[in-house]
Amino acid sequence: MATRKTRLVVIGNGMAGMRTIEELLKMSPDEFQITVFGAEPQPNYNRILLSPVLSGEMSFQDTVLNDWDWYEKNNITLHAGKTVSKIDRRHCVAETEDGLVVPYDRLLIATGSNPIMLPIPGMDLPGVLAYRCIADVEHMLAASKNGKHAVVIGGGLLGLEAANGLSLQGMDVSVVHLCDWPMERQLDQVGGGLLKSALEKRGLKFYLSRQTEAILGDSRVTGVRFKDGEEIAADLVIMAAGIRPNIALARNARIHCERGIVVNDTMQTYDPKIYAVGECVQHRGQTYGLVAPLFEQAKVAANHLAEYGRMRYEGSSVSTKLKVTGIDLFSAGDFNAGPEDEELLLQDAARGVYKKLVLRNNKLRGAVMYGDTVDGAWYFQMLRDGTDITEMREHILFGQAHLGDAGRGGVSSVANMPDTAEICGCNGVCKGTIVKAIVEKKLFTLEDVRAHTKASSSCGSCTGLVEALLASTLGDYSTKPSKKAICACTELAHEEVRDAIARLGLKDLSDLMSALGWKTPDGCHVCRPALNYYLLSAWPGEYQDDSRSRFINERVHANIQKDGTYSVVPRIWGGVTSPSELRSIADIAEKYAVPTVKLTGGQRIDLLGISKENLPKMWGDLVEAGFVSGHAYGKSLRTVKTCVGSEWCRFGTQDSTGLGIKVEKMTWGSWTPHKFKIAVSGCPRNCAEATIKDFGVVCVDSGYEIHVGGNGGIKVRVTDFLCKVCSEAEVLEYCGAFMQLYREEAHYLDRTAHWIERVGLAYVKQHIVDDAAKRAELYARFLESQRNSQDDPWKARAEGKDAHEYAPLATI
Amino acid sequence: MNWIQVGSLHDIPRQGSRVVNTPDGEIALFRSVDDRVFALNNRCPHKGGQLSQGIVHGKRVTCPMHSWVIDLETGSAVAPDVGCAHRHEVRVQYGAVFLSVEAEVCRA
Ligand code: SRM
Ligand SMILES: Cc1cc2nc3c(=O)[nH]c(=O)nc-3n(C[C@H](O)[C@H](O)[C@H](O)COP(=O)(O)OP(=O)(O)OC[C@H]3O[C@@H](n4cnc5c(N)ncnc54)[C@H](O)[C@@H]3O)c2cc1C
Ligand code: SF4
Ligand code: FES
Repeated sequence: MATRKTRLVVIGNGMAGMRTIEELLKMSPDEFQITVFGAEPQPNYNRILLSPVLSGEMSFQDTVLNDWDWYEKNNITLHAGKTVSKIDRRHCVAETEDGLVVPYDRLLIATGSNPIMLPIPGMDLPGVLAYRCIADVEHMLAASKNGKHAVVIGGGLLGLEAANGLSLQGMDVSVVHLCDWPMERQLDQVGGGLLKSALEKRGLKFYLSRQTEAILGDSRVTGVRFKDGEEIAADLVIMAAGIRPNIALARNARIHCERGIVVNDTMQTYDPKIYAVGECVQHRGQTYGLVAPLFEQAKVAANHLAEYGRMRYEGSSVSTKLKVTGIDLFSAGDFNAGPEDEELLLQDAARGVYKKLVLRNNKLRGAVMYGDTVDGAWYFQMLRDGTDITEMREHILFGQAHLGDAGRGGVSSVANMPDTAEICGCNGVCKGTIVKAIVEKKLFTLEDVRAHTKASSSCGSCTGLVEALLASTLGDYSTKPSKKAICACTELAHEEVRDAIARLGLKDLSDLMSALGWKTPDGCHVCRPALNYYLLSAWPGEYQDDSRSRFINERVHANIQKDGTYSVVPRIWGGVTSPSELRSIADIAEKYAVPTVKLTGGQRIDLLGISKENLPKMWGDLVEAGFVSGHAYGKSLRTVKTCVGSEWCRFGTQDSTGLGIKVEKMTWGSWTPHKFKIAVSGCPRNCAEATIKDFGVVCVDSGYEIHVGGNGGIKVRVTDFLCKVCSEAEVLEYCGAFMQLYREEAHYLDRTAHWIERVGLAYVKQHIVDDAAKRAELYARFLESQRNSQDDPWKARAEGKDAHEYAPLATI
Repeated sequence: MNWIQVGSLHDIPRQGSRVVNTPDGEIALFRSVDDRVFALNNRCPHKGGQLSQGIVHGKRVTCPMHSWVIDLETGSAVAPDVGCAHRHEVRVQYGAVFLSVEAEVCRA
């Protein structure tokens, strides 16, 4: 094509700027002619890792994110060591100090921030340094060779990391801080006190509640004087009193600025040709000083530069970890309890552990942890998701391991695990492999780790561990975006898509993708099945199911086996069968020479090893004998397990078998976000294991106890007790209503257990138990959609539907 | 090159796949959403899963077994996975699909 590429000029070769370019190249590799200006002479490096460089744990080379080759490979013109001095908006050009003039069609400002240099006498003496870039670190390292005493002004994150590094380089370090305790923006007084004494043990000196009045010296620094007159010696002074967005350039170009360059949710400044990202930006009144939110901004900016125009940045919540090896500290959210808040405290002086959680309306608002931060990622997740914690209230403070977690979900201290510890059981990935990939491939996000190691890409139960590994390896303060997109084809989260389907009346898969700006022509194996399900659940009877968006098992209505054959599981209502049924199954098994006949864990019979060509014929025979599909392959109702109940059992209180069959007849054929299992037990001995099912009924003398949200799989979860009812009719109504709520609201591939943990039992109760009208509506919608889904898929296929699925195209 | 006619375009569902049996094993034909046809050996380079049973999206197919993604144009597994599903030349003329049974080794 002859059209000219869009000229994109980037000012600032730092973390946010180059992340934006990386994102842009992914989306739009050829549309732009990119020029980057960086005041620093180095290629793009990871500023976060300056502290390990200072303390001698890493070399500068380890921190480089994109080396010179990267710029060349991607045809990016890099002017390293050149400072842009002017933006001429009228002529759309950027000018450098030494007279270079570069025109732009789009401009991206990513100038970061500047360290605050306090206006006190002596600031410009040699030996006074800020802590911002690699040059600062090199100066500090040089100074540490010659001098003995270092004074760090500012006891925040940066100050403490600098102090720790210099002390590891052998200097005598004093930290001067205005407040009564260090890191007061991230820690409460108790946490700050613990931190202070831990750092003192490592040799740092603290001068708290002190204000520096002057820096002393004639030709070099020699000391520091406080307001109260005391003086201390110093060969090196580090200013770490905070940062200020670097907006001079933008302000001189009369781009609207307040504290930072003001941008909207698309990261656009008041000049529509000019975008800004990173620490120089002010978004909805907030400025940020951590990379996680900046990376989210980068994604959004790239999306709009590439003219996809689909994403919005809506602000981020951030959490903090201090990167001082050996000190475990975590904080997130608002940890100063107000009058309407409640504080949960745990202090264990012997172990040096302190935890504080701040709650409002049964939701987590803030967390401070010192000494034991294993659960940091978990708390942060609940904080951001606004999880209702009513149910775990009594244990929450003790961490996830205390929630009766019998599966792999229990997070043990990842940092202390050996490299050989298996993190992802599904894909057999060990800690060492993950850490190596994070370090060598420079991974920042969960998605990156999934792509490169496959860890956490299957059942997902190790996600928390992987996130903890990311956090402990990178020392990054936060690794997760504030909302989770369905997959890489979109930025939209599950709820947003469900909302849009209803709001815009979308009834077709490809319309949906184009209306919502899908980045790929026809989605991928992750989003298509989800979208197909959402459309199916939104428009029962109306939406035409798209078999091409179904996993193989659901597409051909049988479970694929490792050798490419299939298994067939006919429905056996409530697990009750008869000699004649068994006889027909036996005959059919013999007719097709079925190699394995097995009783399943779900009270039915599995015929394994059937070739694809034989499936329709075999189904024809089964249908003739009165069977329907057992949906053993579907995100749908699976089994209703029952026990013998009052008909035979000496303890039985109600007819659990009969009730189970009624429930199964009502619910079979329904599609759900994930598989759905039911059981009915005749008494509290619970032989049908109803309390690990998605919906479980335990019969008692006076009626029926209803339990929901159980799971017996990867991570065992016992049900929550929902309520007790008096009649079978009510059991059916509650069951239909519960299933419908789950179908309409859960994310695709959420079992009821995950869904309830996310929305809270109280929410479910409110809709199903407290509000009889809601319940009735849900139930009615359930029955309505069942009218369209209780046709047997096997019968249809035996009669010839989708015949092409089962036969080869040709044999040559 | 030896072309064999194996069927017509409309025998293969859009975003779907059909299998051709050959003496050297199965070949899977895929039809992308924009009606291009590709052919690969019907064996996933990971553990031999039947690629014909996967979900077809863009010019890719996701293996039904453990979700490797294979590029239909080259036959290579999409990074970070590595492997080759051996593509075959396909030609569609006047709606008829012709296949060359010689398998190619992935270039990438
Ligand atoms: C056949 C059966 C094993 C058996 O021989 O007994 C079975 C076989 C499979 N199970 Fe299961 N599960 C079977 C009962 C169970 C049970 C027990 C139960 O239902 O009471 C459980 C635990 C209860 C639960 O689900 O909470 C169970 C928990 C799982 C899980 C983990 C689910 C989870 O939420 O953690 C998976 C994996 C998944 O679905 O992603 C799974 C997946 C599978 C798959 C579909 C694996 C796959 O994708 O190929 C197996 C298919 C084999 C096949 O082709 O038939 N199977 N599976 C059982 C069929 C019951 C039936 O009659 O339909
Ligand atoms: C020591 C240290 C430790 C940190 N630790 C963490 C941590 O653990 N976790 C975390 O999340 N965050 C941490 N941060 C913060 C994080 O590094 C910053 O939030 C991030 O680097 C900001 O990215 P940015 O692109 O906005 O700015 P920068 O990365 O600073 O990039 C801005 C770039 O623009 C250049 N520039 C400025 N003006 C011009 C101009 N006029 N012309 C040309 N170039 C210009 C600058 O030279 C600079 O290279 C740390 C910061 C420091 C200093
Ligand atoms: S436990 Fe279930 S999924 Fe695992 S091997 Fe047995 S049947 Fe297959
Ligand atoms: S066999 Fe294809 S992904 Fe494993």
